[in-house]
Amino acid sequence: MPAFKAPLDDIRFVLDEIAGLAAVSALPGFEEATPDLLHTVVAEGAKFCETVLFPINQSGDIEGVRLEDGEVKTPAGFKDAYTQYREGGWTGLTADPAYGGQGLPYIISTVMEELLCASNLSFSMYPGLSHGAYQAMSQYGSDEIKERFMAKLVDGTWSGTMCLTEAHAGTDLGILTTRAVPAGDGAYHITGTKIFISAGEHDLTENILHLVLAKLPDAPAGTKGISMFIVPKYLPTDEGRPGTKNGVTCGSIEHKMGIKASATCVLNFDNAKGWMVGEAHKGMRAMFVMMNGARLAVGMQGLGLAEVAYQNALAYAKDRVQGRALTGPKNPTGVADLIVVHPDVRRGLLRQKAFIEGARALAYTVGAQIDIEHRATDPAVREAAADFVALMTPVVKAFLTDQAFDCTNIALQTLGGHGYIREFGMEQYVRDARIAQIYEGTNGVQALDLVGRKLPMEGGRLVRRWFELVGADLEAASADDANTEFVQPVRKALLELQKATMLLAERGFANPDEAGAAASDYLAMMGYTALGHMWVKQVVAARRHLADGSTNGDRRFYEAKLKTARFYVQKMLPESSARWAALQAGAGSVMAVAVEEF
Amino acid sequence: MKIAVCIKRVPVMEVKFAIAASGTAVEEAGLKYDVNDFDLWAVEAALQLKEKAGAGEVVVLSLGPDAAQEQIRKALAMGADRGVLLKADAAPSDGLAIARALAAELQGGGYDLVLFGKMAIDSSNQMTGVMVAELLGLPVVTNVSKLEIAGATGTAHRTLEGAIEVVRFPLPAVLTVDEGLNKERLPSLKGIMAAKKKPLDVKPAALGEQKVSVRRMELPPERAAGRIVGEGAAAVPALVGLLQTEAKVL
Ligand SMILES: Cc1cc2nc3c(=O)[nH]c(=O)nc-3n(C[C@H](O)[C@H](O)[C@H](O)COP(=O)(O)OP(=O)(O)OC[C@H]3O[C@@H](n4cnc5c(N)ncnc54)[C@H](O)[C@@H]3O)c2cc1C
Repeated sequence: MPAFKAPLDDIRFVLDEIAGLAAVSALPGFEEATPDLLHTVVAEGAKFCETVLFPINQSGDIEGVRLEDGEVKTPAGFKDAYTQYREGGWTGLTADPAYGGQGLPYIISTVMEELLCASNLSFSMYPGLSHGAYQAMSQYGSDEIKERFMAKLVDGTWSGTMCLTEAHAGTDLGILTTRAVPAGDGAYHITGTKIFISAGEHDLTENILHLVLAKLPDAPAGTKGISMFIVPKYLPTDEGRPGTKNGVTCGSIEHKMGIKASATCVLNFDNAKGWMVGEAHKGMRAMFVMMNGARLAVGMQGLGLAEVAYQNALAYAKDRVQGRALTGPKNPTGVADLIVVHPDVRRGLLRQKAFIEGARALAYTVGAQIDIEHRATDPAVREAAADFVALMTPVVKAFLTDQAFDCTNIALQTLGGHGYIREFGMEQYVRDARIAQIYEGTNGVQALDLVGRKLPMEGGRLVRRWFELVGADLEAASADDANTEFVQPVRKALLELQKATMLLAERGFANPDEAGAAASDYLAMMGYTALGHMWVKQVVAARRHLADGSTNGDRRFYEAKLKTARFYVQKMLPESSARWAALQAGAGSVMAVAVEEF
Repeated sequence: MKIAVCIKRVPVMEVKFAIAASGTAVEEAGLKYDVNDFDLWAVEAALQLKEKAGAGEVVVLSLGPDAAQEQIRKALAMGADRGVLLKADAAPSDGLAIARALAAELQGGGYDLVLFGKMAIDSSNQMTGVMVAELLGLPVVTNVSKLEIAGATGTAHRTLEGAIEVVRFPLPAVLTVDEGLNKERLPSLKGIMAAKKKPLDVKPAALGEQKVSVRRMELPPERAAGRIVGEGAAAVPALVGLLQTEAKVL
């Protein structure tokens, strides 16, 4: 049986020293959210995840969701856990106090996202989608819609979904065919079939609010003709209770590789009553509000699963004896040595550790910058934060989930054959991690977003600013000669990334296939460099503690930071140079093969 | 119903302890703290009694360093109404001094019940609750593993070796709580946010004279590594022999 313990020491270190929790809690509107309070919230939230959600993760996977007479039953324990989660106020963590939320900083939901996903990814999908619906509504919903629905979403008695995908329209939403016809009374009638809708039907809440993309009769073709509607499962009565059943039914649920306790539904809308959110034909804008938050959250799914898989791989490596250390027995009285002595096992463990701690630093930094983007008083500061967040969103989504999938796979490998056996729990993490590379825009599409949208945005300002930021931090770190071993390789990766950016601009302009063929390599390079940057920052912070002795009795924690950073720059960061070599080779070989020649 | 719960800030037991340079205390660097387990169950019991009664007040009292406010806040986050910290540099080793300071605060507070954990997991003295009862002149029931209150009378179970003792007592009374009484609730997010706004009084502990002090602390001797005597049935005689002559346990 696997185990999970929230990595609170590292979370605290990253929050305080890398992401800048103090700066977040000094923002206007967060007067009550002192760092102490926020750490308490994280610690208690962690306990909830460990003791309530983690114990029903494996059983939830085995039992799965069931469809009975059009209703989805979640696995044993999910309803109780959700009720506890909701009653505890966790559904309103960052939500506006005007609707009953707790109004805490976004950074804390980033942390909670990691912990929820580490303990039970399937469970996290239900409140996660509600949160996305909340965000879209709070930005684009009319006062009437907000009045009617927001408090229900915030207190979690009702939940939300995002209904984009149709059988023939996944990545390409412009060709979706669900229709919305004005009903005359300001409402609309929605008809069409959506597939793959997470949390589309379940028994955790008394009502479900579907945010549906559909086309009005006069809609222009493509994504410029999409509008967003809110379609409740039960139409609310005047008292705000679930009333008559609306014309939306769950036709079936998918049988799938992972997240088996999360319902993935086919939803049939048949003249279902709905109300428009935002303006006609501008639904994609509202959907992007949802998606940007959701993309970061999906990145956290990867991180969380990598963390729990690593913890269990590490525990196994420190317990399993097999073979002898190459340099002679380390455990002479036993029949064999712990497998953690073997270089190849260590390589795998360190790869996980170096990824996780680097990725956590990056993700929490993005979380903090989202708060700064929303709350800082200085517009220039807000703009810089927004640039950083926009640039890093596809990186966090795609790089973190690609690497995290690899990590869960390496973690499984650490257990040998036992990793492949269900009761050890590792194979579930691999299966669960796989989806994060696909939904909320496949990772290939994230790379296109980075190269095609984020790089050219504002005349290249986003990426220029980020290069300056990384460059300045490297410069500052190099003031201490001892940091050269870390700064040098990251500088090299940064330089290659800058060259790749130039090359893309030249070649991509002349031939868009060049940009398309390079996008994934480019995103990976940016991911490796961003984590390198985070490792340099962690090295600087760790050295400060080691130098002034403020190690709170745990020098090892800081020494391990330096050692892990060394592993990262020596053994992982060079992969960025390999991607640079592949990128330079251009699109020729990719496009030369005729379809018949495959 | 008005209930006081006395709680102690104690180190979390998962860490490896070291002795401080003074030789008379545990090294504090690297320790993490929480509310003493038994005290958490006492808080939970108080909250359940208040919820059942539909009204009342749960007051949490702790004697300890300034940082013990953290533990009081946790009890407030679980649902207690207000807190009092009797501030001292550290909890003294003299149990009677602690009991006197707590009793002075509780005296005249009009409490129907005063709850304690049966022991603090760090110092294991098991005396504070009992001495407070004595100082307040109240009946005391120790090691309570089941509890019911009806009007001004309480019934408690005490788990003994191989038996359960059922005890009846009048209110007001002092109880010390054993394992098994309940499982404490987790502080909810709403609870944590509400706790910030609940009153927490901090005042100096009236400790008075202290007669007991720690002279020295030492770690238990390292256990020697095990020895493999042989394998299978053939090894049994040698093993039995060693258990008789060397270990002297047979
Ligand atoms: C478990 C699960 C839960 C889901 N939950 C939801 C949900 O709640 N709501 C919802 O609306 N949807 C949901 N989805 C749908 C998901 O977002 C889509 O599957 C995803 O966006 C990809 O769409 P598709 O499956 O149609 O693949 P396609 O779009 O057909 O893509 C196939 C392949 O082609 C690539 N590709 C496609 N277009 C391009 C292009 N222009 N350039 C380069 N490469 C391209 C893709 O990267 C992919 O590798 C879920 C899916 C699953 C499996």
